[in-house]
Amino acid sequence: MKGNEAIGEGAVRAGCRYFFGYPITPQSELTHYLARRLPEVGGLYLQAESEVASINMVYGAAGAGARVMTSSSGPGISLMQEGLSVIAGAELPCVIVNMMRGGPGLGNIAPSQADYFQATKGGGHGDYHLIVLAPNSVQEIFDMTGKAFDLADCYRNPVMVMADGIMAQMMEPVELKDEDRFEIPPRPWAASGMLDHPGKNLINSCYVVPEEMEEVNIKLKEKYTKIIREEQECEGYLLEDAEIVLVAFGTASRICRAVVEKARLLGIPAGLIRPITLWPFPADFVAGNTGNAKCFLTVEMNMGQMVEDVKLAVNGKAPVFHYGRMGGMVPVAKDILQEVQKLYNGGVVK
Amino acid sequence: MKKVFTRPQVLKDMPFHYCPGCTHGVAHRLIAEVIEELDIRDTAIGIAPVGCSVFAMDYFEIDMFQAAHGRAPAVATGIKRVLPDRVVFTYQGDGDLAAIGTGEFVHAATRGEHVTVIFINNAIYGMTGGQMAPTTLMGQITKTTPFGRDRDVHGFPIRVCEMLAPLEGAAYLARVAVHTPKSIIQAKKFIKKAFEVQLKGLGFSLVEVLSTCPTNWGLSPLEAVKWLEDQMVPYYPLGEYKSPEGVF
Repeated sequence: MKGNEAIGEGAVRAGCRYFFGYPITPQSELTHYLARRLPEVGGLYLQAESEVASINMVYGAAGAGARVMTSSSGPGISLMQEGLSVIAGAELPCVIVNMMRGGPGLGNIAPSQADYFQATKGGGHGDYHLIVLAPNSVQEIFDMTGKAFDLADCYRNPVMVMADGIMAQMMEPVELKDEDRFEIPPRPWAASGMLDHPGKNLINSCYVVPEEMEEVNIKLKEKYTKIIREEQECEGYLLEDAEIVLVAFGTASRICRAVVEKARLLGIPAGLIRPITLWPFPADFVAGNTGNAKCFLTVEMNMGQMVEDVKLAVNGKAPVFHYGRMGGMVPVAKDILQEVQKLYNGGVVK
Repeated sequence: MKKVFTRPQVLKDMPFHYCPGCTHGVAHRLIAEVIEELDIRDTAIGIAPVGCSVFAMDYFEIDMFQAAHGRAPAVATGIKRVLPDRVVFTYQGDGDLAAIGTGEFVHAATRGEHVTVIFINNAIYGMTGGQMAPTTLMGQITKTTPFGRDRDVHGFPIRVCEMLAPLEGAAYLARVAVHTPKSIIQAKKFIKKAFEVQLKGLGFSLVEVLSTCPTNWGLSPLEAVKWLEDQMVPYYPLGEYKSPEGVF
C-alpha cells in the first residue's frame, strides 16, 4: 500500500466519513483513494474550489459534529492557515494531512521538511497550536491517521499528520488492524440544530471583549499545557551509551537509523532520537538523553528548523548541530556519516 | 388584552448594537419571522459573517456558526453535506460576500448547494468605518474613495444576482430592499421563498437585500432611505432574477 492510500484507509477505519480537498501534488493518491472509498461507506468526498474553501468546509462539517479531514501540501496548507486558526480558536476536532514539498513559494513537488516551523509554531494568526504527528513508515501512517482522529476528539483540537512525498509515494506492507475500533465520542457542543440538544450551540472564535478573549486564551493554554505533559511521543535507538545523538523525524529518521548503524561499525557511539510528535515536541525525552551525549546533530530536510527545539530541550548541556538538505533534495547516509565522523574526530566529542 | 404583535422567539431579547437607521435589524427580523412561520427553528443553522452583522451569531436564538471573512458559503457547504435535513443559511454583507468571499459564494451556487444566502448590500464597508465596497456606486464618496468611485481607478460595482443567474446550480435569486413598508413585505415574501427552495431541495438560493448605512453614508436615517431609493434601486433593480418554474 502507498503512504497516501494508507492515510485514506486509516481515516475510513477511524470513522471519518467526510473529506474536503483541492488537488495538489504529492498528495493526489489520497484524494483518488477517498473519492472511491468514502462513497462505499456512505461518506462524501467533495472537491472544493480552493484550499481556502476546503478548510472552511472542514470547519462547517466538524462544527456540525462529523469526523472530517482534508489534505494538501505546502502551498495549499499556507492557504488553509486562516481556517486552521479559526478551527483552533473554535476548538473543533479535525485532521489535516501535509505531504510536504520543496519551498518557499511554489517550490517544487520533491520531498521536504520545510514546513516544520509552520506546523509546530502555530502557522496562522493568533496564539494556538496544532498537534503534529510525523510518521516514518506506511504502517505508522495508517496507525497514526486513526490516532490523529482520536487525539483531535480528545482535545477538540486540529491534528496534522505531516510527511513528505517519499512517505506519500512509498509502498510498504500494512497490517490493517482492528477495523472500527474507534469509539467516536458524543459531541454535545455541535451546532447541529437545536433538535439535537437543549438550548443554542454556537461555534465561534470571535470575542470582541478582551477579558472574554483572554479567558478563551487561558483555557486554550491550559489545554496545550496538558497536551505537552501527556502526549509527547518519541522513539530512541541505541541511546544508552550514545555520545553523538542524531535527531531526525520522518524520512530523515529512516536514513539516520542506517547512519547510526554504520557509525557503530566504525566504532563511533552514535544514537538516534526520532520525534514522533513534532508538537508537542518530545523535549522531556531529549532532555533525558543529555547524560552521555557529547553533542547532538539534527538532520532535517530544511535549513534548520527542528534544531531550535532540540537546542531548547538540550538547554546548553551539549552543543547542537544541524545538517540539512533543501529544495527537495534528500540527505544521503554517506554524507550524514561524514558529518558524524567530522564531529567525532574534530574534537567536539572528547 | 390580546397580543397581536411580538418579538419572534428566534431573536434574542436584547438591544441590537446596530446604528440608528441601519436596516440590519429589519433583515434579522424578517429571517426570524420566516424561520418561525416555516417551523424550522429546531433544524435551522445560521452562519454569521465578518462585519457589522458578526453579532447575528448572538441575536439569532438558533444554532449558529461564526465564519472567517467571506467563507460562510464554504462553511454552509460543510454543514449541509453532513446534515442534509437541516436548513442552513448564511448572512453576509457586501464586503464579505462580493469581495473577499467571491470564490466561495460563486462555487456554492454553481454546485447547487442546498443552502440559502442572505446578502446584505449597503454599498459600503460598515464595521471597518466606511470604505469602498465592491457594490459602492459610481461616484459614491467613501473613506477610500474620497473623490468618488472612479471607473478608471476602482472599476464598476458588482451586480450579484445578475452575475449568478446563468449558473445552473442557482435555483432562486431575488433582490429586495427594506427601506419602505411595501419593500419590507416583499422582502419577507422572497426570503421565505428562498428558504422554501432549500426545503424542497431545489438548489442554491440567494436573496440580496438593499440596506442602509446612514452612519457611513454620512446621512440621517431618513435621507438614507431616500438615497437607497434614488441611487441604489436604479442600479440594482428589485425583483426575482430566477425562480424554479412551476413551484410557486
